[in-house]
Amino acid sequence: MTVTGASAHGTAAVHARGVHKSFGRLHVLRGVDLEVEPSQVLCIIGPSGSGKSTFLRCINHLEKVDAGELSVHGELVGYEQRGSRLYELKDREVARKRTEIGMVFQRFNLFPHLTAQQNVMLAPVQVKGESKATAAERARTLLDRVGLADKADAYPNQLSGGQQQRVAIARALAMQPKLMLFDEPTSALDPELVGEVLDVMRDLAAEGMTMIVVTHEMGFAREAGDALVFMDAGVVVEAGAPRAVLANPRHERTKSFLSKVL
Amino acid sequence: MKHRAARPGTHVSADASAPGGPAALEAVPVRHRGRWVAALAVLLVAAMAARSMAVNPRFQWDVVGQYLFDRAILTGLERTLELTVIAMVIGVVLGVVLAVMRLSPNPVVAGGSWVYVWFFRGTPVLVQLLFWNFLSALYPRLSLGVPFGPTLVSGSATALITTWTAAILGLGLNEAAYMAEIVRAGILSVDEGQAEAAQALGLTRLQVLRHIVLPQAMRVIIPPTGNETISMLKTTSLVSVIGYAELLYAAQIIYSRTYQTIPLLIAAAIWYLVATSVLTVGQYHLERRFGRGSSRNQAATMVQRLRASFAGRNGRGAGATGSGGAGAGGVGGVGAARAEEHR
Ligand SMILES: Nc1ncnc2c1ncn2[C@@H]1O[C@H](COP(=O)(O)OP(=O)(O)OP(=O)(O)O)[C@@H](O)[C@H]1O
Ligand SMILES: [Mg+2]
Repeated sequence: MTVTGASAHGTAAVHARGVHKSFGRLHVLRGVDLEVEPSQVLCIIGPSGSGKSTFLRCINHLEKVDAGELSVHGELVGYEQRGSRLYELKDREVARKRTEIGMVFQRFNLFPHLTAQQNVMLAPVQVKGESKATAAERARTLLDRVGLADKADAYPNQLSGGQQQRVAIARALAMQPKLMLFDEPTSALDPELVGEVLDVMRDLAAEGMTMIVVTHEMGFAREAGDALVFMDAGVVVEAGAPRAVLANPRHERTKSFLSKVL
Repeated sequence: MKHRAARPGTHVSADASAPGGPAALEAVPVRHRGRWVAALAVLLVAAMAARSMAVNPRFQWDVVGQYLFDRAILTGLERTLELTVIAMVIGVVLGVVLAVMRLSPNPVVAGGSWVYVWFFRGTPVLVQLLFWNFLSALYPRLSLGVPFGPTLVSGSATALITTWTAAILGLGLNEAAYMAEIVRAGILSVDEGQAEAAQALGLTRLQVLRHIVLPQAMRVIIPPTGNETISMLKTTSLVSVIGYAELLYAAQIIYSRTYQTIPLLIAAAIWYLVATSVLTVGQYHLERRFGRGSSRNQAATMVQRLRASFAGRNGRGAGATGSGGAGAGGVGGVGAARAEEHR
């Protein structure tokens, strides 16, 4: 274990330096460096298997980082530094840190045995110990915000994909996170439903939420993104302002990837 | 992400009955002559069997009737039901614990669970019952205390291990091994994304299990657990070999005195049938209830299927789409395979 502490990066929302991650002999992340400032929207693009999802999952410690520095709001993820040593955090402490990081998945992952409102209420009640009445009221406000006030009592299998993903966003927002991670939130959607989810995300960005978005929606990256990162084979190949990177990619790999997807 | 997730909620359906829509289809339903013929054949065989049983005097139906509500038989029935309930409660609770242990990241904990299941599934329940019954010979004194330290309570094993405790231990601990596998299958059936989403929200591992994984696993766990309960009700009859007067042993006590073996066995069998029938109905309703949120079509009742089948519509289609059907067909096999394995 050669994870080192982050001390001088208290201001960044996310700070990654030389992040490595392997699954057995498969070396997936090979030294990822990136920085996200508060209220910034960072979009990540890259070919399939380049490690985008893995990197996002490392941020909230769904995957353990093998080496490098990874901190969120100046605090290490999944570890604690005491003196010069690193200590792995207990399940309960990791869980507490995760409450500050919202995550939205490609396949929604709504809880099918709970209604939309119960999906949104679950974590505030179980994790934060909010009263059911308070949580229910806030859940309805959040569902209203994503345009689903009338679907509060629907079960996930009674909702369209776009509606499910909007509930999933409301569910993540219910914990009042300081950072939101989106892993290809629109890739499982029919084209006509992509817009409604992107609209919600644009609103969120406009309100100043710090966001990391793995996406293939170049239009969203161009308009809503503050920064764009191209990942390939486990490293950040190119980073910059979205318009600049999309219009004038400097690296060969970025050029060939963009020529295929644009 | 190259494939799209299946999205419920968008299926194309032409709603023929909508007012102002196209006229409803008018068609003469298919007549199922084969079904009528097959049904008649089955009824005929059943009638023949019933008649032969009714007219054969050696069945001694009058004696059956006389003992059906006999005090000793009813007490035996009560004990059978009690054994079933207690053994299943032990089985389910311990089974959940063993299943969670088995999925633990700690290899010693997981291994312990594996060894338990290996041992209790690998030996016949009858042997286990006898073993518990004769435990007093192995450990004449049982004591409770600090491991390798001082003893707190101690007593004679013969006093502690009555035939009742031996029966409960034998049946309950054995059942736990089977329930552990059923619960494990249930837990594994829940999509990993569910636990991930819950963890990402800040739930601890235990909270994820309790609020997200186990409720969803129920759908897969309930049908085979119903089978296990029905199976357990019958397995309790094995306890007769250690001399605990449950239903079968109660009947045996009487016929060893009166030599009316067949009628008493029939009386016992009737009660077993009544009890398993009640349980089957209960299981059916549990399956319907726990299918909620997983399938839009609830399983049709037997009567609905009969009506549909003979009214010319496809009865199987109506009955087989229910959620319970899938669960019972898949993991329910665990229960069925088990019954053959050691009973
Ligand atoms: N839990 C795991 N165990 C083993 N290998 C894994 C695991 N998770 C991911 N991988 C592998 O790591 C590599 C990177 O996967 P990752 O999901 O991060 O890619 P991605 O950039 O998100 O791709 P996509 O665009 O297809 O989602 C892949 O080769 C994948 O098979
Ligand atoms: Mg991915």
